[in-house]
Amino acid sequence: MSPTIRGGRGRVRYQNGWALAFLAPWLIGFLAFTAGPMLMSLYLAFTDYDLLSAPRWIGGGNFGRMFGDDPLFLQSLKVTAIYVAVGTPLSLCFALAVAVVLNRGLRGLDFYRSAIYLPSLFGGSVAIAVLWRKVFNGDGLVNQILALVGIQGPSWISEPHTALGTLIALEVWQFGAPMVIFLAGLRQIPREFYEAAQVDGASRNRQFWSITMPLLSPILFFNLTLQLIRSFQAFAPAFIISDGSGGPADSTLFYSLYLYQEGFVNFDMGYAAAMAWMLVLLAGAIVAVNFFFSKFWVHYEN
Amino acid sequence: MRTERKRLLAHFALIVVTLVMLYPLIWMVASSFKPTDEIFSQPGLVPRQFEPSNYAEGWQGVSTAFSIFIENSLFISVAAIVGNVVSCSLAAYAFARLNFIGRRIAYATMLATLMLPTHVTLVPQYILFNKLGWVNTFYPLFVPHFFAVDAFFVLLMVQFIRSLPRELDEAARLDGCSPWKTYRYIVFPLLRPALVTTIIFTFIWTYNDFFKQLIYLNDVQLFTVPLGLRQFLDSTGDSAWGPMLAMSTLALVPPLVLFVTFQRQIVDGVATSGLKG
Repeated sequence: MSPTIRGGRGRVRYQNGWALAFLAPWLIGFLAFTAGPMLMSLYLAFTDYDLLSAPRWIGGGNFGRMFGDDPLFLQSLKVTAIYVAVGTPLSLCFALAVAVVLNRGLRGLDFYRSAIYLPSLFGGSVAIAVLWRKVFNGDGLVNQILALVGIQGPSWISEPHTALGTLIALEVWQFGAPMVIFLAGLRQIPREFYEAAQVDGASRNRQFWSITMPLLSPILFFNLTLQLIRSFQAFAPAFIISDGSGGPADSTLFYSLYLYQEGFVNFDMGYAAAMAWMLVLLAGAIVAVNFFFSKFWVHYEN
Repeated sequence: MRTERKRLLAHFALIVVTLVMLYPLIWMVASSFKPTDEIFSQPGLVPRQFEPSNYAEGWQGVSTAFSIFIENSLFISVAAIVGNVVSCSLAAYAFARLNFIGRRIAYATMLATLMLPTHVTLVPQYILFNKLGWVNTFYPLFVPHFFAVDAFFVLLMVQFIRSLPRELDEAARLDGCSPWKTYRYIVFPLLRPALVTTIIFTFIWTYNDFFKQLIYLNDVQLFTVPLGLRQFLDSTGDSAWGPMLAMSTLALVPPLVLFVTFQRQIVDGVATSGLKG
């Protein structure tokens, strides 16, 4: 029954029926939980909808409100932008630096790698967010340690100008995940490259910039993209640390936290859908810019 | 001599980094055994007064026993694991081994969903589940996993199947095996390493997930570990640090046990596929 065609390398047997059977769950899932909802949210983005009465078409009203009439939206955009712009480069720098040291063939590599990865494993869990709230509390661990050297620390999580910093610290604390990826990449750089460079008298610094960085640049790019997408969606720590409010003074009002408030606390589903699409556009644009610039610094061997 | 000194320096730096990384966790475990007033007053680790009652008090919970939260979390996680293992491996086999019309487009579509922020489907999914009467049940938290919505694992398994020798499939086919039998008796058993990675990460992600559980569960009897911890935080304020840290410590035990058991697999899984804890 299955049609066959003659190709350059013999017969290609089509198995459409079987493929459909194997792919049925994925296909249903894609239509019901991804594609369908995406179209639906695109429609809802142009409506006013509170779950109870029918959606009311308001054209670009939601988008007009975001940029013209909603300081909280702009605030949430700013908070997320700072979080991404500070947290991502910091974690990648730590990850790369530690990976380079770990790659020198020291004893105990497995131990260091596992210990440093551990915080990434617990990552965005509520237990860690609870811990963080305690660590940066007025009389928490950080201030206890500062007190030992005679510094009176602020009440980190309840001051508008330090609260976001504690969340960035939490993000950076999880640099183990990109580090493991860097380590895997470093291991694939042939030793001979470094040996040859040493014969030529290149310093370690020079070796890093002339050998390690170019060969590692695809991995760096990969980590950067992954980290960006992840940071844009951060939610649980901000929710727990601010009791769901995004406070103090909206200083931790992450984009996803504001989206949650609008959609699932105020039941303004149309506005939440519009915000979700705006996030897709913004995150997509940043990833696209990242891809565009990658051709200037990412070095692919072939 | 010089390289020896550099080596020591590197070890010293790494030990400092490791300590900084682990100290908050160690502090949490240590504090969970201290009476509340002692947690404030001294940064040292060893409790002057050993207080295991924090665990008993935390276990009783605010209004509901903590064991219920753990049961609920385990149920959701195990259901999600079964769903992912079955549906993702089926899809992966088709993508990796079957020839069909539209394969490239379907595969590209599957990959594209990897990059999609979850928020864009959140609101309509909620509306859908609300219409089905599934809000305040566990269904929204595990049913989608039976439909291969986690493209990450499909990709992981496709890569793995591609690394298996094609001759195995060919031989099975010549022996008269249908694709189903080839999948069931040859590919699926060989897929084990990829399945273990899927199981571990599905567990950790589902167990740690807060957002969806927060949205879909309202009834305290249905609360999961993250919601239970949060409830703790709300109702007791900051007065009951001890029990709160005790339950937070306890909440980290299941992922920690998995990590210790499957360390190599987890680290390799992250390294090769960019999975995130």
